[in-house]
Amino acid sequence: MNTIAFMNARLIDPATGYDETGNLLVENDIIADFGPTLFNEGAPSNAQIIECNGNVLCPGLIDMRVFTGEPGAEHRETLGSASQAAAAGGVTSIIVMPNTNPVIDDVALVDFIARRARDTAIVRVHPMAALTKGLRGEEMTEMGLLGEAGAVAFTDGTHYVTHPQIMRRALSYATFFNALIVQHAHEPALVADGVMTEGELATRLGLQGIPKAAEVIAIERDLRLVEITGGRYHVSQVTCIESIEAIRLAKAKGLSVTCGASAAHMTLNENDIGKYLTFCKLDPPLRREEDRQALVEAVADGTIDVVVSGHDPQDPETKRLPFQQAAFGAIGLETLLPATLALVHQEEITLSRLLQTMTSAPADLLGLKVGHLKKGAAADLTVMDINVPWILARDKLKSKSKNSPWDERRMQGRALHTMVGGKIVHSA
Amino acid sequence: MSAQTSTTDLTFPHRHLLGIDGLLPQEIKSILDLADGYVDQNRQANKKNSVLRGRTQINLFFEASTRTQSSFELAGKRLGADVMNMSVKNSSIKKGETLVDTATTLNAMHPDLLVVRHANSGAVELLARKVGCSVVNAGDGRHEHPTQALLDALTIRRRKGRLEGLIVAICGDIMHSRVARSNILLLNTMGARVRLVAPPTLLPADAERLGVEVFNDMEKGLEDADIVMMLRLQLERMNGSFVPSVREYYRYFGLDYDKLSVAHPEALIMHPGPMNRGVEIDSAVADDINRSVIREQVEMGVAVRMAVLDILSRNLPDGGVS
Repeated sequence: MNTIAFMNARLIDPATGYDETGNLLVENDIIADFGPTLFNEGAPSNAQIIECNGNVLCPGLIDMRVFTGEPGAEHRETLGSASQAAAAGGVTSIIVMPNTNPVIDDVALVDFIARRARDTAIVRVHPMAALTKGLRGEEMTEMGLLGEAGAVAFTDGTHYVTHPQIMRRALSYATFFNALIVQHAHEPALVADGVMTEGELATRLGLQGIPKAAEVIAIERDLRLVEITGGRYHVSQVTCIESIEAIRLAKAKGLSVTCGASAAHMTLNENDIGKYLTFCKLDPPLRREEDRQALVEAVADGTIDVVVSGHDPQDPETKRLPFQQAAFGAIGLETLLPATLALVHQEEITLSRLLQTMTSAPADLLGLKVGHLKKGAAADLTVMDINVPWILARDKLKSKSKNSPWDERRMQGRALHTMVGGKIVHSA
Repeated sequence: MSAQTSTTDLTFPHRHLLGIDGLLPQEIKSILDLADGYVDQNRQANKKNSVLRGRTQINLFFEASTRTQSSFELAGKRLGADVMNMSVKNSSIKKGETLVDTATTLNAMHPDLLVVRHANSGAVELLARKVGCSVVNAGDGRHEHPTQALLDALTIRRRKGRLEGLIVAICGDIMHSRVARSNILLLNTMGARVRLVAPPTLLPADAERLGVEVFNDMEKGLEDADIVMMLRLQLERMNGSFVPSVREYYRYFGLDYDKLSVAHPEALIMHPGPMNRGVEIDSAVADDINRSVIREQVEMGVAVRMAVLDILSRNLPDGGVS
């Protein structure tokens, strides 16, 4: 029997607010027991001991927005390499987007992801399937069958479903399966050739702006459709004050609406683009400082439900270009935790709330049986030193692509041990 | 020659000229002072000196240009440099080579000065990071076109004797204009009062945060202006996308004598060229020998570019020794 004892840990169950110093016992692939009084008589003699030295031990993190290059662009990232990056970042479950080549819009492709993950990944991998065939925004995919095959939600990933009738039907049909529809909220006609948020800085840099209205209009339209269909709707990333207001209002009305924010949007703003730094070219774009602050507040007060990395590997071929031509996206699996821990250190958000947005909140939203510190639950766990200072060096990153906006930045806090299903998959 | 006499009080501690942004008033003044001398030199029978003798200058134009490229070519040649022109037509960028690869390839040929134009904002900056020589931005996207702003400043200064305190109205397609951005930066740095006059669809976001006054109405924007700077409206933006039609644009934003009448009686008319007569400017106004300095701008262009190449070459390894 696989028996592992975590000793002297700060045990946190974000969902309940449980926060005690104690020990935790893993037997085979489940959490057998935990608490302050466990092992008062000493740890089991057959157990492998992991001394935690008072560091945090919590459910493994779940990253709800991850892009890989598999299938189709394996030189950027495979499910295997993404899982290595995840493990190094304390992430035990990744939700991969269907924007691959071919697109994950068919049962056979969901099976392919599951099989490749089983053979090559060291963390749990769950695909979101395409909401429309080929991401074309024209015809619905087989939500029922895809769901049975293992798709945890439906999204067109980086595409907004522009046709309101298609979106209405998708939301409506999804209620039959209680399926979650995830939208990348931007109205493409307003984004057009935009490459960064619209405003003074874009004007000074001579770059085409993306107005906040492109996001807000997209969300507000969908909220009307949610109202008439009763669908379960999630905005993958909100980035500005106006979007937060719209979501807040929808929640107050009792609609089944949730949203996410990325670690990048919570900790960086448009000024990080500096002199055309393409690693900070994101979709949706980094916004102004006041939007960033509003995001952090909205995560703290629960208006924003989940925090994601938006991990999007790009190579020099797509990033070492003039800003306008460069691809959008930044990697983030290894920085999800350390980047957002900065907000805890600055006392803008509590540790427990932050962890909730990356454990129980996404788990409950997607119906995953992880994310809680519970006896009998799967032993997906992360031990983290929330204080250790370190500097991000791109050659140390596990991801195949190195496009991190935090390159060479000082970080504070990181995962020490990552356990998936009772197996240690990473130790710093 | 006067250009080489007063070199001691020149200040320009930069390797590249990538934009007006970040330049100090004294540095701008240094270029203009030096250019004044080159205006004289260019009006002589012998227009050449040997400031850049032995130096190699490559003009790398990823975007078609006639006047800027020939102006830089002439400037380099009059300073004695070996000048090579590379335009996109025969460059391997068409074959899919990236900008950075092009830069490293050219760098291996040891040029001293690289003059670059590119359709993307920031592209010249990206290229400058990958080469060992001095880089002059000859226009990047809608970001900056520093030598245009400098030649405009030289034209104004020679006519008006100063830049400080002048009211300069920049009119037309501000949104897509690198000329406007560089001019705003330069004129603000030198203490002029800048106004932007354009239809709302051709103003960039938060334009008023650039330290300028913003107008939609030509009659208000041109009031008492000392300088009226017109910008070119690209053909593809004329018919419905940004403005409804040429005739409506001309009616409200085309510079004619009627609109000009509210400006200062001695107001100068400028245009970076090439002009669309009957679109942004009335033909008679453009050709008015008392008011229009559009041809003079072209002359100043060569002198300013000589000054820029000269001043940058002084910071090159072994620079300033002749």
